[in-house]
Order: sequence, then C-alpha cells, then structure tokens
Amino acid sequence: MSVITAGARDSGVVAWRNLLNIKRNPDWLLAGTVQPIMFVLLFAYVFGGSLGGAQYREFLIGGIFVQTVAFNSSFTVIGLANDLQKGIVDRFRALPMSRVAVLLGRTTSDLAVAVLTVAIMSVCGLLVGWRIRGSVTDALLAYAVLLLFSFAMSWVGAFIGLISRSVEVAQSAGLLWLFPVTFISSAFVSAENMPGPLRAFATWNPITVTADSLRMLFGNPVRVDRLPPDAWPAQHAVPYAVGSALLIIAVFVPLAVARYRRVASR
Amino acid sequence: MTASIAVSTEALVKTFGTNRALDGVDLEIRSGRVLGLLGPNGAGKTTTVRILTTLLRPDSGRAFVAGNDVLADPHAARHAIGLSGQYAAVDENLTGYENLYMVGRLYGMSRADASRRARQLLDRFRLQEAAERPSKGYSGGMRRRLDLAGALVAAPPVVVLDEPTTGLDPRGRMETWEVVGELVDDGTTVLLTTQYLEEADALADSIAVIDQGRVIARGTSDELKAQVGGERLELVAQEPEDLAVVTQVLDEVGSGSPHTEERARRVQVPVEVGPKALMEALRRLDAQGIEVYDVALHRPTLDDAFLSLTGRAAGRADGAAERDEVGGGHIEQGARG
Repeated sequence: MSVITAGARDSGVVAWRNLLNIKRNPDWLLAGTVQPIMFVLLFAYVFGGSLGGAQYREFLIGGIFVQTVAFNSSFTVIGLANDLQKGIVDRFRALPMSRVAVLLGRTTSDLAVAVLTVAIMSVCGLLVGWRIRGSVTDALLAYAVLLLFSFAMSWVGAFIGLISRSVEVAQSAGLLWLFPVTFISSAFVSAENMPGPLRAFATWNPITVTADSLRMLFGNPVRVDRLPPDAWPAQHAVPYAVGSALLIIAVFVPLAVARYRRVASR
Repeated sequence: MTASIAVSTEALVKTFGTNRALDGVDLEIRSGRVLGLLGPNGAGKTTTVRILTTLLRPDSGRAFVAGNDVLADPHAARHAIGLSGQYAAVDENLTGYENLYMVGRLYGMSRADASRRARQLLDRFRLQEAAERPSKGYSGGMRRRLDLAGALVAAPPVVVLDEPTTGLDPRGRMETWEVVGELVDDGTTVLLTTQYLEEADALADSIAVIDQGRVIARGTSDELKAQVGGERLELVAQEPEDLAVVTQVLDEVGSGSPHTEERARRVQVPVEVGPKALMEALRRLDAQGIEVYDVALHRPTLDDAFLSLTGRAAGRADGAAERDEVGGGHIEQGARG
C-alpha cells in the first residue's frame, strides 16, 4: 500500500474515533454551536441598532462565519492536548501507522464539526434577516472558501496543541490569540475607522479578506456603508483568501508534523 | 544476532538534562520467554520500554525487536511489538469493541479482519459483556485487560508490559497475572517491567534488576535469591531475660552468627537446613524450660535480593545505604514503598 493511501486510511480511522468522542460528549459540542448563535444574536441586536440595523446584520453574518470557524481551531488545540495527556498519542505513536494520521485525522474531524457549525449559523443568519443573494455556484464557492479557511486554522491549532505543556495551557493558549486576530479585522466592523497600524493589520488580515470573500460571493455588502472596497486585498478577496489559507496550511502542516515527531507524552 | 533472541539492547544510554536515565543497558530475551525488568521508580524501566517501542531515541546504543533495528527501521519494529502501558491508554469514550477495532485498523487490517479480531480478544479477556459500553465505566482491572488486549491485536511476536499491575487492586492484579500466563503459553516473548518483586518472581523466567540506569544483576529468581543466602530462622522470646539463652541456642544450631533485636525480643540466624535447625532449636529451648512467643522460618525473598544488591529496599529510590548492615549478615526484610 502506498504511503498516501495508508495515510488517508489511517487518518480516516482517527477521524472516526474523534467523531465518536464528540458524539459521546455532546456537551462539548454545545459550546461550539451555542457560541456562534449567541454571537449572531448579540451583534445583530446589541450592536446592530447603532451600526445600521438590517443592513448591518447582513454585513455581519459573513464576519461571524469566519470568526466562528477560527474559534473552532481551539477544538483542535484541546483535542490534541487531551490525547497527549492521556497517553493516547503514545499508543498511536507505538503503532505502525502513518505519521501524519493523528494530526490529519484530527483536523479532518474538526472540519466535520465546522460543517455542522456553519449549517447551524446559516439557519440562524436566515432567521435574523441574512440572505444569499448571489448565484448557487457563488454560494457553494463561499462555503468552500470558509471550510478551507477553517481547515487551515485547525492546523494552527494542531501546532499550538502540540507545543502546549498541559491541557490547561492549551485551553487558554488556544483561545487567547484568537481575540486580537479576529477582532482586528472587518469581521464585525469595517476597518476604515480603526487607527493606522490596526487598520493596516485588519486590511491584510486573512480573517478580513475571507469575510469579504463570503460577503461578495453571498451578494452581501462588503462594507456597512456599501462603498466599494478600496484596499488591494479586498479587491482580490477570493484569490487572496484562498491563497492565505493555502499559505497557512503550507507553513503549519510541516511545523505540526515536525513537532509531532518530537513530542513525548507529558 | 541469533534467531532465538527476540529482544536485545546493547549499551543503551539516555540522558535527560543532567540525569543519566540509562547508563549502558544491555538486555537479551530469548523467544517465548518472559524477562522481568525489576527496579524502583526512576530506575530506567520506562525509558528502556520507550526506546524499544520507538517512542524515544537513545543517545547511543542499539536495540532490536524480532530482528528489526528499532532505530534504523522503526516502522518494522512497531509491527513486531505490542505495548501495554503503565497507564492504560484506552480511549475512555470508545467502547471496548471500538478500541480494539481501531487498533486493528491502524495495524492495517481490513474492516472485517479488525472486527473479527476485536471480538476474539474481547471473548478471550472476558470483556464480551462490556464490549458495547464506553470503557469509561470499566473497573481498573477491566481497563487494564482492554489495554492488554490492544497490545495483542496484531498478535505481535513481542509484547511489552510496562508495570501492568501498578495501581490495581489485588483482584485486578491476579486477573492480569493470569493473562500474562496465557500469553506465555502462546509463545509470545514478553518484557515485563515491575517494581513488585513477587510479580517478577511469579511471572518471569529471568530477571534483570535495574537501578539508576544500570542492570545491576541478572539471572533467574532462584539465582538472585541464592546471592542473598539461604534460609533464616527467627525466634521471639516470651520474656526479655530469656534472650541471652535463645541467642546462645541459635548460635549453636545456626550456620552463622545470630542477630538480636532486644526491644522486639527477636533473634535471627542463618541456617543450612531450616526445618531441622528449627526442631533442634525448639527441642533445646524446651529442655531448658524456655517459652517461645513466636517462631518463623524465612526463605529469602526477592526483596532481600534487591536490598542486598542496591543497599535499599525496593521501591525506595532515596533510601540511605544499608549495605553495611546487610554485609554483616543481618538482613532486614525489605519493605515495599
């Protein structure tokens, strides 16, 4: 059997095992679904009134989608840190299985979780007035871009999970970095009114551009004021979003795999 | 390397910072035998196991499992070895069946083969009734059996059991011992690490005593006990004033000089033929009208062997050197920590 088919099969087995774990601990999944619903409702109705009402809610959904899948990467962090702590990773490492399967299986099962989360958020979005106004193809492309981004973030999470010294550290480290990264973006508000350095960061932030891609493809406003985007990344949102996701994968897959090879049980 | 050697290590060295965890460990296990790797916490047992199972690379030295060089071809070595860990690494959210099925699939078995093998092992380890329950609800002994079953999924020629009964209650320990016995009947080569001396005594064909990263003694259980000497006769006097006479009698019947503990009114002496010396001592004391409170005949235990080899009781890595006392022929019963 070739290395690739063995790797795919082993990853599938690990993903199956991870999904069974989630199924048997549904309260864990609750956090992953309740949080995005809460964010949609809070932003839509707490900030929405001041920020443009129905128009803001339509702008918001693309940002919430991206923010939520970014936060889902903390599931990868915690899942891997848990397996390390419990000796499951040692058991895997002593088996004659593919070296990437533990990581690829984890990011794959977390992608399945992301699909579920995105579905729930879509329904929630429709309830607060968000609509898909573009073509079906564009909408499918939007979901594909979102899931690719989710997969990329999951690999960042895998790396963080493997360098964390304990599950407790993983829990906070896996979430902490996400707050600045998701909030310094146009996920919730347009970047135009941010001070210089933050604005520059937000303009080039993959979160911003992925959210912009979704808004464009869904036919939603890219800016709350409906002005056309002026920055280069926003004007090339879809290729930039896809490119940055691929870049994140290209950087973090080798980092995580190298770390996995070295990591001993703690 | 001859074909009949299933596991061997040559001069394994591993340091963690300034701690020399392994300081040149040589081991050899013949096919179908059980080697007990005996030592206190921190002696280097788990480090040795982690190197053999490819989880850790040594700083220097070599290791072979079923003819496969662990360092040069770890993938082949993993195929040949099954590991049952010190802390049962079963997935507690998966059922017993799912745990074993998963391991089978990861060994490269087809779905049907992995499923069949899982059922077979669940039957064999008396887990069939718990097969469909998440292992979270299993008792400690059941979990350990499931972990052991996981090590046997691919029927590897070599199985490593890293402290298989640590933390188990006596019942769980007995169950685990039975399973190890069955393994050996199947012709599997077993490396068993333990800090329980009676466990090595009961299960292993030969024993290597490891302490501070070095193998300090090796041989069969009997050979190790022989290093400590023969039986000891122990008498406890009824009255403190009888101690002198008891000591004198034991000096006469014993093969060495007696050791007296005044406060406990206890006298010990090494003897050549235990029962004969015992009867002779009691006869002489009776003739002098001296009553004896307690009497015992001690065969040397592995505890004694460990104590005389390391200067400490087993399980106590920090014990002060008691070698002088041992050298004087007075052997304290090694207490397990």
